[in-house]
Amino acid sequence: MMGNKESFIVVDKVSFSYTGEPGAKEETALDQVSLTIEAGEFVAIVGHNGSGKSTLAKHLNGLLLPTGGDVWVAGMNTKDEHHRWDIRQIVGMVFQNPDNQIVAATVEEDVAFGPENLGLPTELIRSRVDEALAVVGMSEYAEAPPHSLSGGQKQRVAIAGVIAMRPRCLVLDEPTAMLDPVGRREVMETISRLNEEEGITVVLITHFMDEAVKAHRVLVMDEGRIVREGQPAAVFQEIDLLRELRLDVPPVIELASRLRAKSLALPEAILTVDEMVTALCQLRSGV
Amino acid sequence: MVPVATFRHITIGQYIPGESLLHRLDPRTKILVTLLLVVGLFFIDTYLGYGLAALYIALAIFRSGIPPRFLFRGLRPVIIIILLTFMLNSFMTEGEILWQWGFLTLTKEGLSKGGMLAIRLILLIVGTSILTLTTSPLALTDGLESLLRPGKRIGIPAHELAMMMTIALRFIPTLLEETEKIMKAQMARGADFESGNLLQRARSLLPLLVPLFVSAFRRADELAVAMEARCYRGGEGRTKLKQLAFHTADFLVLAGSGCFVLWLALTM
Repeated sequence: MMGNKESFIVVDKVSFSYTGEPGAKEETALDQVSLTIEAGEFVAIVGHNGSGKSTLAKHLNGLLLPTGGDVWVAGMNTKDEHHRWDIRQIVGMVFQNPDNQIVAATVEEDVAFGPENLGLPTELIRSRVDEALAVVGMSEYAEAPPHSLSGGQKQRVAIAGVIAMRPRCLVLDEPTAMLDPVGRREVMETISRLNEEEGITVVLITHFMDEAVKAHRVLVMDEGRIVREGQPAAVFQEIDLLRELRLDVPPVIELASRLRAKSLALPEAILTVDEMVTALCQLRSGV
Repeated sequence: MVPVATFRHITIGQYIPGESLLHRLDPRTKILVTLLLVVGLFFIDTYLGYGLAALYIALAIFRSGIPPRFLFRGLRPVIIIILLTFMLNSFMTEGEILWQWGFLTLTKEGLSKGGMLAIRLILLIVGTSILTLTTSPLALTDGLESLLRPGKRIGIPAHELAMMMTIALRFIPTLLEETEKIMKAQMARGADFESGNLLQRARSLLPLLVPLFVSAFRRADELAVAMEARCYRGGEGRTKLKQLAFHTADFLVLAGSGCFVLWLALTM
């Protein structure tokens, strides 16, 4: 299917199975998954552990190659070896454990790692590093050793390391799963800012529903398939489905649904505490 | 109780930050001069030569601004070896007998030879300490990589060695922190890391080492994927954020020290 290659990222009927030990049963991680992502979008992928969301993420920059189907990034097939490094520069990836993706012994050397691999001239690397550290608000830690930073700070350094390569898309695989609430907020604010101000396409894999709510579009995965796709307001109304897939329903949405059951006339699109407060106040002043 | 908390304060290398001339020299200059000095010391065989070499090293210490006690700290672990070298040479060399007791004979030649070897060892250790005390491990790695690069043609993997050193420097504190965590977890469940004989104590380390190794391998795996995702494909075509550069001071030090050490080695 070459037809819609003009979309930024096209995942076309992709299947993937992990082949374990010889003789062991093949495990299907992705089953005929298709999706397109447009430039500038903020897409969240949610799903239970083992739903295939991380496997899908690793397909977006060719870390894994599909056993069936194709992935196109900016018109390039990830199976094409000539484009492998171009694709990895366009689609940057941030992983769950901040400790295991920082390579160098100081913050700035680590941020420089990607641009160094691209073979950029020294002066350009310097300006990219300074810029990337400023974007994630870590400039003052440029010379610090990574192990002296908090989890949230390390993850912001990891994001800076990817940003310094000037990617058009950022794929984040559960970037906040190992962080405390403060760290989570720091990282989520950074991600939102990159999407809104720098126009970077964001694909956020998460199992925190309150993070997914911030996306333009949510994909729900289960057993290697995409089972729901739509705007957060629509997807999160299906409380029963989410429960069935063992996903947490955001408390605000749950509250809204319970209040509606008590025949309170609340609008459908309540996703955050602020929206709930506004809606309740309007209701009260209306009565 | 095992003083687990002390792990965090371990420093790698013995670098003492500073702004002295020696600190600011290119790491390659310091490595080359140190190398030359080490080789040169083996060619000197007069006390005058050692005196001049000691003077030269003392001047370097003075210019580095490093308190001398840090340099002598490096000598402490090898003091026995130095003493042993001195004694063996003093008593085992044949020559003009100065003192005799039973089978022990102290000779004039032995005393002179032993003294010289002891001084050579002390100067070797103090001289190389100046390098590690004034150069950060990172700069040392960069310098070694750059110096070894021409050896690539004869199969010296300069970039890979430097990358391994960098990753080791990056992960040693992380793994120490993890060791501490596992130790506390095992101690909370009644593990005992310090009583019993050597064998029992070695065995009690097993519940510490197994999880540590498993986690280290998992980290290595994840790090490899993250490096690939950031377009790492070996040293080929790679550039550096911090380019090493020789300055006037480097050329002066290289030329001056080079001539001096060469002169010492050849004439003294």
